[in-house]
Amino acid sequence: MNGQNAGLADVADLEATARQARREIVKAIAHAKGGHLGGPLSAADILTALYFKVLNIRPDQPCWPDRDRFILSKGHSCIALYAMMALRGYFPLAELGTFDAIDSRLQGHPDMTALPGLDFSSGSLGLGFAAGIGVALGARLGHRSFTTFVMVGDGECNEGIIWEGAHVAQRYALDNLVVIVDQNQLQQFGWRANGTGQRLAPYAGNDLRDRWAAFGWAVSEVDGHDMAAIVAALREARAVRNRPAVVIAHTVKGKGVSFMEGNFRWHSRVPTDEELATALAELSDPGVRSGEA
Amino acid sequence: MALPIGKALRAVFGETMAELADEDQRIVLLDGDVGSSTGAATFEAAHPDRFLQMGITEQAMLGVAAGLATVGFVPVVSGFACFVVGRAFDSIRVLIAQPALDVKIVGGYSGLLTGMTGKTHQIFDDVALMRTLPNVCVLAPADEVEAAQAIRAMVTTDGPFYLQVTREQSPVLFPADYRFEIGRSVRVREGSDLTLISTGVQTTRVQEAAAILERRGVHATVLHVPTIKPLDEDGIVAAAQASGLVVVAEEQSVLGGLGGAVAEVLSSRYPVPVRRLGIQDVYGESGPNDALLDKYRLSARAIAADAEAWLRSQRPPRRPARLERTART
Repeated sequence: MNGQNAGLADVADLEATARQARREIVKAIAHAKGGHLGGPLSAADILTALYFKVLNIRPDQPCWPDRDRFILSKGHSCIALYAMMALRGYFPLAELGTFDAIDSRLQGHPDMTALPGLDFSSGSLGLGFAAGIGVALGARLGHRSFTTFVMVGDGECNEGIIWEGAHVAQRYALDNLVVIVDQNQLQQFGWRANGTGQRLAPYAGNDLRDRWAAFGWAVSEVDGHDMAAIVAALREARAVRNRPAVVIAHTVKGKGVSFMEGNFRWHSRVPTDEELATALAELSDPGVRSGEA
Repeated sequence: MALPIGKALRAVFGETMAELADEDQRIVLLDGDVGSSTGAATFEAAHPDRFLQMGITEQAMLGVAAGLATVGFVPVVSGFACFVVGRAFDSIRVLIAQPALDVKIVGGYSGLLTGMTGKTHQIFDDVALMRTLPNVCVLAPADEVEAAQAIRAMVTTDGPFYLQVTREQSPVLFPADYRFEIGRSVRVREGSDLTLISTGVQTTRVQEAAAILERRGVHATVLHVPTIKPLDEDGIVAAAQASGLVVVAEEQSVLGGLGGAVAEVLSSRYPVPVRRLGIQDVYGESGPNDALLDKYRLSARAIAADAEAWLRSQRPPRRPARLERTART
């Protein structure tokens, strides 16, 4: 359905953009000496696909009424969204240096009153999803054709409001709503995996897929770090009719930086100068020696 | 001396919302599965396409309302006060109050009289909670005349609102030509011995209490405060000046509601003794209305007795110490 895949050249460009976004993310967190890293890095490829390929948006008109909406319900990953918006031209890249600073438009969790183009405030988990249902329902009632995309985390799916909303969206058959679950397998602290020093995934195996399916949603799964597959999955989800769609994206928390990957401690740790340098080197473009873009 | 009985405010809510939706196509009403109780069913009958059943999902319902407000609708959320405020407070705080979205929250079955349901369904701190939220306007109309106008003012004024609606038929306090205005209090009785301040339907009981006091030789001013936020500070100070002794009576906890708001204003602008009558830091219970009002000291008779006893304990009335006038730079 609607199935033109991203072309190969496109995919390489998108991947380069995602790498650049990741560099901006780790630099901003190191500069701010606070914020989150694991979740933004797991979400970076999906956000790149959305902002550079899938969303119908006009960065020079951030409040264009017919734009597709994107709500980052896992608001703690907002540095990834800010990086994407900066790269896409919503504001200068240099403004990322104000992340989390006093009076900044780039608040520690997304503030829709501060930054044009931010479609909803979020941070209290689950709430952005409920707001997205309202946006999609309003689009339906107002006979408007845009699609509302919402990204939630797998840990966020613990929240009761997620399942309240899943029920409501299915009741209204909101096929103009696409939810992406960034299933990076770790929440902030999570349940103890006995004897391993590690933490358990919020949902094991097919648990999440089965739960969304049980609520009547069209469920698909994708490798959340395979750019071509992400673009295709998002387009197919947008094309679903008569029910809401959820894309479960299998991701790695901290993706792209070896010592952060799959380590719950990097949920919101700040890298040292040395760690930053290593991270930037790992995130550098092929053929570029230093991590600096 | 009793006031004539009028409509239940929940009936006024349903009728007024149906009328307003005739005038403004942007209005939608979200129901948390209690429309058959709250009066929202009247709206559904008139505008089925704009009645949005949300089921028993208060947290999501308030979030959905916020979303609707960003795409050109004026969502009015209706449910029981205990749930739309108590259960969904975080959705209200983050998604509605912080971004100041144009969402109207209507708390039905507010106060003590909730149809024999008991403490789970009685919330006495909804006013206290909602008035702490920046950007939110808080209204509690007294009777059918004021409720119709307050609901209209809420829906036609941009920004987030919380409005209390009660379940039972209630007395009519105001003449048909009364004009409600957001942020304006109104004196419904003048007297120099005591100032009684109230809000919502409780004002009708306070007005009857003032009549009882009159027969006992106590002349009371009664100030009705239908807008708890933004508060009519000048009106409250002026009413306090009428007697120098203030009793606040409300169908809310004595912690943080109108009594708290009045004490906050008077302590800085006109410090006089303030007695707060209401739910005395306890939970409610189920029971017949009259028995509840008597037990929780909110009936006209109880208010009159408690106000008079306090007044006698205060005499001679204290006038406030002159506030130190410091040069402000």
